[in-house]
Amino acid sequence: MEIDHSQPLEYSTEQNRLNILGFWIFLGAEIMLFATLFASYFTLVDRTGNGPTGAEIFEITPVLAETFLLLTSSFVIGLGIHAMRLGNKKAMLTFFIITLLLGLGFLGFEITEFITYYREGATLQTSGFTSMLFTTLGTHGAHVTLGLFWGLFIILQVKKRGLTPETANKSFIFSLYWHFLDIVWIFIFTFIYMKGMT
Amino acid sequence: MGFFSRFLIPNPSPVIYSSMVAIGVTVLLIIFGLTHFKKWFYLWSGWLTTVDHKRIGIMYLISALLMLFRGGVDAVMMRAQLAVPDNKLLDSQHYNEIFSTHGVVMILFMAMPYIMALMNFVVPLQIGARDVAFPRLNAISFWLFFMGAMLFNISFVIGGSPDAGWSSYFPLAGNEFSPHVGTNYYMIGIQIAGIGTLMTGINFLTTILKMRAPGMTLMKMPMFTWSALVTSIIIIFAFPVLTVALIMGTMDRLFATKFFTMTDGGMDMLWANLFWVWGHPEVYILILPAFGLFSEIIPTFSRRNLYGYRSMVASMVFISIYSFFVWTHHFFTMGQAAYVNSIFSITTMVIAIPTGIKIFNWLFTMWKGRIRFTVPMLYSIGFIPLFTIGGVTGVMLAMSAADYQYHNTMFLVAHFHNVIIPGVVFAVLGAGTYYWPKMFGFMLNERIGKWAFWFLTIGFCLAFFPMYITGLDGQARRIYTYSESSGFGPLNMISFIGAALMAISFVLIVYTIYYSIRHAPRDVVGDDPWDARSLEWATHNPVPEYNFAIIPQVNSRETFWDAKYKGHELFKGDYEKIHMPNNSGGPFIMSCIFFVFGFALVFSIWFLAIIGLIGIFVCMAHRSFEIDHGHYISVEEIKATEAKFGGVNKWK
Repeated sequence: MEIDHSQPLEYSTEQNRLNILGFWIFLGAEIMLFATLFASYFTLVDRTGNGPTGAEIFEITPVLAETFLLLTSSFVIGLGIHAMRLGNKKAMLTFFIITLLLGLGFLGFEITEFITYYREGATLQTSGFTSMLFTTLGTHGAHVTLGLFWGLFIILQVKKRGLTPETANKSFIFSLYWHFLDIVWIFIFTFIYMKGMT
Repeated sequence: MGFFSRFLIPNPSPVIYSSMVAIGVTVLLIIFGLTHFKKWFYLWSGWLTTVDHKRIGIMYLISALLMLFRGGVDAVMMRAQLAVPDNKLLDSQHYNEIFSTHGVVMILFMAMPYIMALMNFVVPLQIGARDVAFPRLNAISFWLFFMGAMLFNISFVIGGSPDAGWSSYFPLAGNEFSPHVGTNYYMIGIQIAGIGTLMTGINFLTTILKMRAPGMTLMKMPMFTWSALVTSIIIIFAFPVLTVALIMGTMDRLFATKFFTMTDGGMDMLWANLFWVWGHPEVYILILPAFGLFSEIIPTFSRRNLYGYRSMVASMVFISIYSFFVWTHHFFTMGQAAYVNSIFSITTMVIAIPTGIKIFNWLFTMWKGRIRFTVPMLYSIGFIPLFTIGGVTGVMLAMSAADYQYHNTMFLVAHFHNVIIPGVVFAVLGAGTYYWPKMFGFMLNERIGKWAFWFLTIGFCLAFFPMYITGLDGQARRIYTYSESSGFGPLNMISFIGAALMAISFVLIVYTIYYSIRHAPRDVVGDDPWDARSLEWATHNPVPEYNFAIIPQVNSRETFWDAKYKGHELFKGDYEKIHMPNNSGGPFIMSCIFFVFGFALVFSIWFLAIIGLIGIFVCMAHRSFEIDHGHYISVEEIKATEAKFGGVNKWK
């Protein structure tokens, strides 16, 4: 492996550069995935059948808490990558752990939110609207869940192997993924919750 | 017994029982053969674990030929059933299953892997790279495709085939009207294969953008590489739509969600729209690489450079964008407002313009060329008039008002076969012959190949041209029989004869391969048997593991031609050690678990599905922790290999 020291660690080998570009392209595919979910959501949003509408079940408090947690976590992982660039492994790991804890908090709120909906009679099978709502939120939630495991593996690897071109590359790519989930959430917050509550 | 009764076929017939026996015998023979000839280790270390783009390409090719056989048998059975009026050969259920699987198998498991085979084999060689950007991911792509295809294919012996058409429209595909597991196979088999395809798109886009040989700017890339680039972009934007649609369809069937239902706010047209938002770009995913292949073959055998390179590129980019804005033309009759239909009519007709530009460019390439009528060139020349007929009938279908007459008739069936067969199938068969010496180091027999071409072409004309007439007369597609008084009998008999000729051509193609393996000379080919123009022919036949001992220097669009005839120095410098990726069993094992997971979902065996899902995540976790730096091929090894081939070609 040739290491180019004029570049940041995560860009320092040819394979690293390929990985980062490949992941950006993958995020392009992910945008299409969520775009399809949103388009389907807009199609089905008023088709509530005998079930509740969005305005009837959405509550602002847990949604705001989720938004706050996820947006903060995105900021913190940015700090983590900054620490990684400075070569401060300990600070980086701390920031990554805080990121994951915030993500875990987000997931906790989302699960309680789902349980509340379920109790109020909005289940996966109730109507076209609820099926689509749970699928869109669930796809995002599943991404966060996967991200928690992925992030944990990366923390373990950085802890054990230190900051090498490989681990730096993985951490950087994970941060791209995490920021992406944050952006998706902003769309969910705006177009599902805010629009649905008015 | 209650547990196992779900695996029974709902509509058994002697044909299915005999296929079960045939499959069982074949599997036993393969196991026996591998054991007898002690090839298990070779299979594992040489093929199942390989990450070499060339070997993966060859595995795609073998899968595609197998699936061509399967889809072809379906086709012949359909034509046999329709050959005479009131035929009792197949019942309606069986016929429904056959046209559904024929469509899926031919589009997704024959045409796609055939294109993938050529992309995998050729693109890295054309851009002077040593492999793709993510070799391990490439293996995962192949194995996911393979397992998805196998899962789909076992449906007809375990549990029953899908029977709702290849487009699987809801509510027909819902639990109410398709109660048995066939459509589950459709949803999950295609999902697994589709994930693989998406990964291929990402892989090739990265490869082409970042791994070109020094000097090869985007506008100096060979046309097939351009088509692979554009196709990869379409894959990346189209396949996620299919992923979502299939997830929603699966959930409707397994978890009783209300996406596409007729009650509780579901919307069946949402499926049709999502399916075709993917489905129409999918057509261009198939045809653009085919165009790229013709753009390689025609200049080589006309001994002229490709006419209108820039317009070729521009028209492909234009088509790729436009392919996303025409999907509604697949269901003009399904209730949109007239102005919506008008818009999609116009966008559809506009697509004919860049396609027409390409047709003229190929004709101008041949103009005043010294044409050699080899098998690949015959396929290319046959393609132009036949594909044009398909294109013209496509414009007819694009007129939404007139489409009310054509819709769902044999006219439509004739149209899309008329673009897919001369377009995609001719391209892959021609290119398969063209690249055969590159893959295996010997030529395919030209004489038998020409026979196969003529059988295929004449058979194609006989099989599909009569359908235009019966279609205009009102013969509906997907109907298993018709009455004598309809008068469709004689023309359908002609179609059957055509189908039989096409079946013979398939046998001839297989025979060419067999004959050439036995009898073709191995040492007289040289590295450039066709006097070709692009970089893939600058290395040896068959290609060594590392592709190029020295990375080539590119100076123009036809570097290799320049190296041969204009004194361009292709290989500068000395041998250096070459970094190569390691083989891995991971992709194969993970895809096997995907197969089990998919199978469990099809039959709603939840404990197995959960175990499978955990297994998949364990594989991913294992990959995350694995340390794999690849290996180096030493200069001595390169020297030894190159000496075996007679040294690096200097082409002077």
